[in-house]
Amino acid sequence: MTWIDNAALERLRLAVDSPDLEGTRYTLIGKLGQGGMGGVYRVADRQLERQVAMKVIGVADAAGELARRLLQEARIIARLEHPGIVPVHDSGTLRDGRPYYTMKLVEGQRLDEYVSLFPAISDRLRIFLRISDAVAFAHARGVLHRDLNPANVMVGPFGEVLVMDWGLSRILQDSEASNTPVPPLQDSNAANPPSAGTGHGTVLGTPGYMAPEQRAAQPVDSRTDIYSLGAMLQFLLTDGAVGPAPRALLAIQRKATAEHPGQRYQTVGELAADIEHFLDGLPVRAYPEGPVRRAWRWVRRNRAWLLLLLVYVIVRALLIYFRTR
Amino acid sequence: MSENTPFPGAPQHFPLTRWSVVEAARSPDAHERQRALDTLIGAYWKPIYKYVRLHWRKNAEQAADLTQDFFVKLLEKHLLERFDPARARLRTYLRLCADGLVMNADKSAQRLKRGGPLPPLSLDFETAEGELRQLPLAATDGPEELFAREFARSLFTRGVERVRAHCTQQNKLLHFRIFELYDIDGAAKDLTYDDVGRRFGVKPTDVTNYLAFARREFRQCVLEELRKMTATDDEFRREALELLGLKLA
Repeated sequence: MTWIDNAALERLRLAVDSPDLEGTRYTLIGKLGQGGMGGVYRVADRQLERQVAMKVIGVADAAGELARRLLQEARIIARLEHPGIVPVHDSGTLRDGRPYYTMKLVEGQRLDEYVSLFPAISDRLRIFLRISDAVAFAHARGVLHRDLNPANVMVGPFGEVLVMDWGLSRILQDSEASNTPVPPLQDSNAANPPSAGTGHGTVLGTPGYMAPEQRAAQPVDSRTDIYSLGAMLQFLLTDGAVGPAPRALLAIQRKATAEHPGQRYQTVGELAADIEHFLDGLPVRAYPEGPVRRAWRWVRRNRAWLLLLLVYVIVRALLIYFRTR
Repeated sequence: MSENTPFPGAPQHFPLTRWSVVEAARSPDAHERQRALDTLIGAYWKPIYKYVRLHWRKNAEQAADLTQDFFVKLLEKHLLERFDPARARLRTYLRLCADGLVMNADKSAQRLKRGGPLPPLSLDFETAEGELRQLPLAATDGPEELFAREFARSLFTRGVERVRAHCTQQNKLLHFRIFELYDIDGAAKDLTYDDVGRRFGVKPTDVTNYLAFARREFRQCVLEELRKMTATDDEFRREALELLGLKLA
């Protein structure tokens, strides 16, 4: 009888879990990460001579709920052709019965790691706008992400921002519905921990980023994602950011993460518009201002013209003064 | 296309044996019940023995007696028939049964009397004891982790033996040797496929193909063994995720 020590046990476990790529055009290079749904592997596409990422479900669930979700995820991403959403290249079934899909290999950093390099709030808000743009696009196509958090956003080597992990995403309707509630996902895999590692994994929502209605397993809609975006905004404003966040930004974040969906921004576009307004020095919807503050903001926005006007008035006054002497 | 339509070529079911010891233990057919018990003993006797030795800190003789008693009680008290998959997984249930047996034995402060329908089982406790001596113990292991790891070891051992038997039958012993080199001995860590090919007198591409074949066989065998040891699809999936996803080293 063969004696299997602990190290052999681990090697055999990996052998069981590794995707069987025989009969495909791919060669396994290594594992990128593990999520609740399965693993993500770096594979070489021999036909096109490039490396791609392959997502494969865990070995035990080839015909179960996870396989169904992987299939759904691949199809949802395929319908979301957007520069902020990682593209799917190919899909199929491995010889061991497990479905897979391949996608662009993103050689970047997760947002939660990346932002430490960019402490300026304005830089972070520009990243946030690009995330919002991708999410707004998905909503326009009737797709909810339902697991937006910093670990599910990758920033590529050229600064491209990609929203990953659509494994929990849900199609609202085939039409372009936005606030049509969809029933909660009843998942048998709820014991799985949130994803970590590459950001390619799949979870059922991440604590701290889930809207109250999602936590309570109530119907969700696009405002559920808006809550998660608000929680991400809070992360971007606090995690290693330079200085305290301005009140207007905090108000935007509070509005996005309001307890009741009706009190939040109703579309991602509204949220993004407020962020753009803030960056442009304009008033934001979430932070109503009194007349004094509004006047002060007007002065600040027009300070160049006001300065010129002031110089003109002073020069003019001096001329009048010297002429009348 | 509907979102529930499978990928082209996707099998509707994972091609595994659906036979389960739990169902078989409830069968009216005595032969089927005996087969269930034999399968269960084969997979669980070492985990039970090691668990009693390590967790309950019994000496080798006590642990051997308690392991024998465990399977006697399992049969006498119809414990397998009483197992409810809705309440616990089989592995946890058996561990709790073992806990109960040891505690009762401690309470009565005397060895349990064996008897009933089972003669003493022919179990190789000396081998199990030898394996225990080779085992580096993690001080942080709780009872669940300890039992899970030993069950995984038993499962994998059975899987390896089945692959060896398959390869021998199909005259593919070289496939097994390469699998053994890579995944059991771990001796190929610093070797290239060329090195391994030279050692066995085959082409490097054959090394990858042989290894892939043996790993596929092993995966199938392990999953079939696990399928036997679980009562429902859900239990099977959870067990696979936990046991095959354990960081064991």
